[in-house]
Amino acid sequence: MQWEVVIGLEIHAQLATKSKIFSGASTAYGAAPNTQACAVDLGLPGVLPVLNKEAVCMAAKFGLAIGARVASRSVFARKNYFYPDLPKGYQISQFELPIVEGGYIDIDLDDGGSKRIDVTRAHLEEDAGKSLHEDVHGMTGIDLNRAGTPLLEIVSEPDMRCAKEAVAYMRKIHSLVRYLEICDGNMQEGSFRCDANVSVRPVGQKELGTRTELKNINSFRFVERAINFEIERQIDVLEGGGKIVQETRLYDADKDSTRAMRSKEEANDYRYFPDPDLLPVVIEPEFLDTLKTGLPELPDEKRQRFVDEFELGAYDAGVLTASREIAEYFEAVVATGGAAKLSANWVMGELTGALNKGGQDIADSPVSAQMLGGMILRISDNTISGKIAKEVFEAMWAGEGDADTVIEAKGLKQITDTGAIESIIDEIIAANPGQVEQYRGGKDKLFGFFVGQVMKATQGKANPQQVNELLKAKLNG
Amino acid sequence: MYHHKTIAELSRGLAAGEYTSEQLTRHFLQRIEEHGAALNCFITVTAAEALAQAREADQRRARGEAGPLTGIPMVHKDIFCTDGVKTSCGSKMLDNFIAPYDATVVHKLKDAGMPMLGKTNMDEFAMGSSNETSFYGPVKNPWNTDTVPGGSSGGSAAVVAARLAPFATGTDTGGSIRQPAALCGITGLKPTYGRVSRFGMIAFASSLDQGGPMTGNAEDAALVLNVMAGFDARDSTSAEREVPDYSAGLARPLDGLRIGLPREYFGAGLNAEVAKVIEIAIEQYKQLGAEVIEISLPNSKLSVPTYYVVAPAECSSNLSRFDGVRFGYRCEAPKDLDDLYKRSRGEGFGAEVKRRIMIGTYALSAGYYDAYYLQAQKMRHLISDDFKQAFKNVDVVMGPTAPDVAFGLGAKSDDPVSMYLSDIYTIAANLAGLPGMSIPAGFVNEMPVGLQLIGNYFDEVRLLNVAHKYQQATDWHMRLPDAYA
Repeated sequence: MQWEVVIGLEIHAQLATKSKIFSGASTAYGAAPNTQACAVDLGLPGVLPVLNKEAVCMAAKFGLAIGARVASRSVFARKNYFYPDLPKGYQISQFELPIVEGGYIDIDLDDGGSKRIDVTRAHLEEDAGKSLHEDVHGMTGIDLNRAGTPLLEIVSEPDMRCAKEAVAYMRKIHSLVRYLEICDGNMQEGSFRCDANVSVRPVGQKELGTRTELKNINSFRFVERAINFEIERQIDVLEGGGKIVQETRLYDADKDSTRAMRSKEEANDYRYFPDPDLLPVVIEPEFLDTLKTGLPELPDEKRQRFVDEFELGAYDAGVLTASREIAEYFEAVVATGGAAKLSANWVMGELTGALNKGGQDIADSPVSAQMLGGMILRISDNTISGKIAKEVFEAMWAGEGDADTVIEAKGLKQITDTGAIESIIDEIIAANPGQVEQYRGGKDKLFGFFVGQVMKATQGKANPQQVNELLKAKLNG
Repeated sequence: MYHHKTIAELSRGLAAGEYTSEQLTRHFLQRIEEHGAALNCFITVTAAEALAQAREADQRRARGEAGPLTGIPMVHKDIFCTDGVKTSCGSKMLDNFIAPYDATVVHKLKDAGMPMLGKTNMDEFAMGSSNETSFYGPVKNPWNTDTVPGGSSGGSAAVVAARLAPFATGTDTGGSIRQPAALCGITGLKPTYGRVSRFGMIAFASSLDQGGPMTGNAEDAALVLNVMAGFDARDSTSAEREVPDYSAGLARPLDGLRIGLPREYFGAGLNAEVAKVIEIAIEQYKQLGAEVIEISLPNSKLSVPTYYVVAPAECSSNLSRFDGVRFGYRCEAPKDLDDLYKRSRGEGFGAEVKRRIMIGTYALSAGYYDAYYLQAQKMRHLISDDFKQAFKNVDVVMGPTAPDVAFGLGAKSDDPVSMYLSDIYTIAANLAGLPGMSIPAGFVNEMPVGLQLIGNYFDEVRLLNVAHKYQQATDWHMRLPDAYA
């Protein structure tokens, strides 16, 4: 039987506010347990939540960026369940009236086409704390530093048909939230994580198959692997005559498999109801307009502009706009050195390679955009050749100064003086009479030998184009 | 004696240097020493702290920095969190709880220079109408110690009725200030929802809870409300509007005042003697120049059932934080997490609290939410609309605060519904968010009867004025039980 896969994602993006969504405690990551939890985060008696306006602005910006409706009135609700790291016994979330409804994300497909993934909704909620099962002598420790951290939960329609699409969607959201500067996107620290709803159905069947929910997947690679594993598991079960049980499953990265966590029957009745401690969130149209005006250029717009303005191919433009930092770096290179296509090649090639090798972010690059632009300028004005430029780049990376300093210090300036190149060619012709004779006798391939000799004699500094022209003239003449 | 004086009089005496705050504080501490245990109206007495605060208040006065309330002793209902002093909420669950912060109300009154004598007994988590659900045992009514003081602010009402302090804070979710004020013969005011900050006031039903003053008369209530009221950035539901001078409007004549008498408040279930007392009080108002208009609040009968869905629903969620994990009562040697939850809550909460948690959990459950919670919200709108209609034609709505005078200890303990009906006239103001007051209006069988006044939103000025003018013309509010005279 042919199976169709149906995937929907729930992405949790931690909003990059300084303080928590309902308290003044800091959201900074990595502090000693319970040092960033105030009375509100601890759920002490009598304390009350006060909404962080910045979190609302961030959620609204996201809504605007995906073409969604930003609700003029949204409501916080309590999701009631008991768990030790949930201090109040309920999570403040949004249920019936979320802040963002609708919207979409266009993803690129492998075949070069694109596909629109609809977003159902995005709502604001607070994160829970963490239970620590190690190092507490057989007991469970509770760290409430994370409790109350603002999250934007972004729920997609079940529009994706394979794990790759799911990853593409997740990457696109990841890029977008970082462009908007509403989430740092740090997946190791859990700032960006996702749950996947996966089901399969026979091709042609309209109704959806029973789905399972894969919890808390915190890397792009694991999303793909977890979904693929789950698809195979479900198909195996169905083809073996079994039934899929609606349940929550946990992906185990070490074993590369998923296992059941809880079934629908065991699921909580969350008893949602509007939180009486918080007023409805009202967003006036004028305020929304202000936010709209303040939005940065978004990835898709930027990509199109790179194609139009810099005459880059769609693929290159996509790579260069994948993150705001790369795009800004690239534009700064072009601003200094011009030559957009050449700059694109350097950014995507040497620079990215060097960064990946050292596991560095572009923000930490030892070669600044201005330095790289300065070098591009020297390639364009023929001071150095592309080949010599690699040497210059390595020297810049090693901290030996900007391109002009390196070129000067190492004497890498290209030889463009026709007389100087001619005299070197004359010497080489004189020193290799045999080869000259063979070449003139029709062995064209030897031309490369002469070029190599000239380059060797000039330590690669002779302008390659001039060398070609002058050599041809001398040998043929 | 000091305890015969009103706050306004004490304030003048302190200002004139006739006595010091320390003298006042010692006097009231002495009275607490004498009568507190018999009435069981305190959970905690903070004598040493009170005296220290009194001396500080005297120094402040010496520096010329005293306000109208500086140096006047008071008590807090044990639902208001007090930094460093136990806040039990009348429950075994919080018998060991000491908050690291002051409630906004506590903070404001402390700032005003009022020494706190102690914290008063109350129904557990403010759930009750007789003070019998307290983990610390029932409070006795100073007018007859075989009867209940009402609830849930029964300790506060008894303290003021016996003049163990001139002022106590209370909270009112369905009548918890007004009903005990009526049963103990004192003046109690539940302000408009949002007028007084709820920060640090342990939540029972967040959309209904409102703190307010319990005093000997309306003039004193105005004085303390001047300090208690106001916007608080830490309570999102507090009203961002200016606080008027509640004392300034007290003397306004009542000529032309339109009083609405809801016919639903005078039907079956109301003690005929109590009805008579109320009628006499209304006559008094006519003599003061008021006009009486019969009105209808057709959805009144929905108040109690609506309340007993909304309040338990909110409480079932609000009380989830008492789980034995971070603070409060924890059972001995829990086997596992479930056992920890079940036994800590099972042993830490009393029967009435558990009953309401169960009702509320049920009302919010999948499949019942629409039929109960949503329906109750709709009814709440209808009840509010009744009042909005009424206030188009009247300035204040009047009626009995409670259907009867104080009942005997234990008389209704086994009959929750009959107990719930003692709030039948007070609940609507909470559901609608309106300000309500109870003032002493007479006696039946030597037990006090309260007249209820319900005002329009944020119209506490008028409410206090209407109460004050009546108290200028009558002396019911000045009567003290013989044993505490």
